[in-house]
Amino acid sequence: MTWVNILVQGVLIGGFYALFACGLSLMFGVMKVINLAHGDMAVVAGYVAVFLAPKWHVPEVWSFLIVVPLFGLLGYVLQRTLLQKSIDRDPFTTLLVTFGLSVIIENLLLAIYSANGQSVNIGSLVSKSFQLSSSTYVSYVALTVLAVAVVVLGALQLFLSRTNTGRVIRAVSDDREAAQLCGANYKHVFGIAAAISFATVALAGISYGVMTQFAPTSGGANLLFAFEAVVIGGIGSLWGTLVGGIALGIAQQYGAHVNPAYQILFGNLLFLVVLAVRPQGLFGRKEAMA
Amino acid sequence: MRSIWVDESLTKRHWFNVASAPSSSTLLSVRDLTVHHGQLLAVDAVSFDVHHGAVLSVIGANGAGKSTLLRTIAGLNHATSGEISFEGTDISRYPAHRRVTSGISLVPEGRRLFQSMTLEENLLVGAHKAAPGVFDVTAIYDLFPWMKDRRKSKVRQFSGGEQQAVAIGRALVANPKVLLLDEVSLGLAPIVIERIYEIVPQIVASGIGVLLVEQDVSQGLRVATRVLCLLEGRTTLEGAPEDLTPEQIEIAYFGSHLVAESSKESS
Repeated sequence: MTWVNILVQGVLIGGFYALFACGLSLMFGVMKVINLAHGDMAVVAGYVAVFLAPKWHVPEVWSFLIVVPLFGLLGYVLQRTLLQKSIDRDPFTTLLVTFGLSVIIENLLLAIYSANGQSVNIGSLVSKSFQLSSSTYVSYVALTVLAVAVVVLGALQLFLSRTNTGRVIRAVSDDREAAQLCGANYKHVFGIAAAISFATVALAGISYGVMTQFAPTSGGANLLFAFEAVVIGGIGSLWGTLVGGIALGIAQQYGAHVNPAYQILFGNLLFLVVLAVRPQGLFGRKEAMA
Repeated sequence: MRSIWVDESLTKRHWFNVASAPSSSTLLSVRDLTVHHGQLLAVDAVSFDVHHGAVLSVIGANGAGKSTLLRTIAGLNHATSGEISFEGTDISRYPAHRRVTSGISLVPEGRRLFQSMTLEENLLVGAHKAAPGVFDVTAIYDLFPWMKDRRKSKVRQFSGGEQQAVAIGRALVANPKVLLLDEVSLGLAPIVIERIYEIVPQIVASGIGVLLVEQDVSQGLRVATRVLCLLEGRTTLEGAPEDLTPEQIEIAYFGSHLVAESSKESS
């Protein structure tokens, strides 16, 4: 029954990876920006939930109702100011700017909140689980996070395929100049994409804080997993990102089963195999590589 | 002139009243427009007007600055100097998307469709900031009846001619007052080019002013109300096509220097 356990736990953690990664994938797809501060934004959202929400008399777990829209707004403003200015220069500048943001955020968090681990308090629910088989327990929290990930990805998919704004976001991603010729203000569209990216990563950050402990430096490791989920699934496919996250989660669980020290190694190995065998990702199109 | 591409009866049945479009009024006015590509002078002090319901054809050899001219009017390239005004308003400093909502649509060279999208999605993006007017997605399906059955197909599966038709449709659904067509014949078979050009008179009849760029001189002349020839970024000839002799056009197209040389060789 260990296989069942590996698969179940892999799927559960994979949902979280996908939730974490979808914003990264969207920003890369639309403005060709790799936001190296993506993971740190999630950590900031966690700190806001733990330290600021109680001051606003909001229970930590419900803080996402405020934090998610707040991060959406932050994403839009940051995109229209700092990030747009760097995009206007060149891609390398953008990479440096987001890297700089990442360093600044990590060190600010260290200075203010120290390196101690924190977690979002949801009371005794955090350890509740149900038994699926003799050796397989499913945590309610992990199941909820998976459900949230599926709902968010599904909603995002519907938004991109069915609404005018969603279509325009895809149009800008396909051909920015042609989208301008259809009346799209691409800077505004970039802002919307950044808003969605920041809002989803804030939700991922709070989810992470509910599932486990986080510290100022947690962003980097999660950013790596998010990258891997996006690349395994294929750039430009949201469901691909979910499948990529799940595949990564299963590989990691399998590694942990072989030897607890191999958890991250096996995930990285899967990532390398996919890059070598199918560089466009499981659900990616070849032409999207260009 | 029956065609599977164009249902001519439609344009006559509804959409517009030609008499209401005054043919003399100026829509787009370009004065002393100069554009550089880095150090290179691409367009050199070019001036012209585009009127309601008229076609201005810009002809010229490869590298004469035709595409740069259209891209600058559409706001994709920046002018070094000169003025572009539209219905009396200076739009030289407008970003590209604002020129679309003002009433200028460009069908870009190479068609530039949204390759990951269906035909209908391409048209919907074209229509998302549309001005009120005669063209909507249904009207485009009336103009190109073959599109209706394939509206859910991804445009990357389409032939060059079909993609060009979609590109024109995508520009028309914005209900422009001036339509800019950049090398619509490029890479297409003559029969397909003919079909594409069949719709130009219908577009013009709706009162839209058309500014088109062509390497294919005979095609450019056939549909034109007026012709403008560019050579190395400068205007070398302007006039109504019926007033121009082939010799005049040849000299304007290739430059007097080259034409003189080649006639010397042949004699």
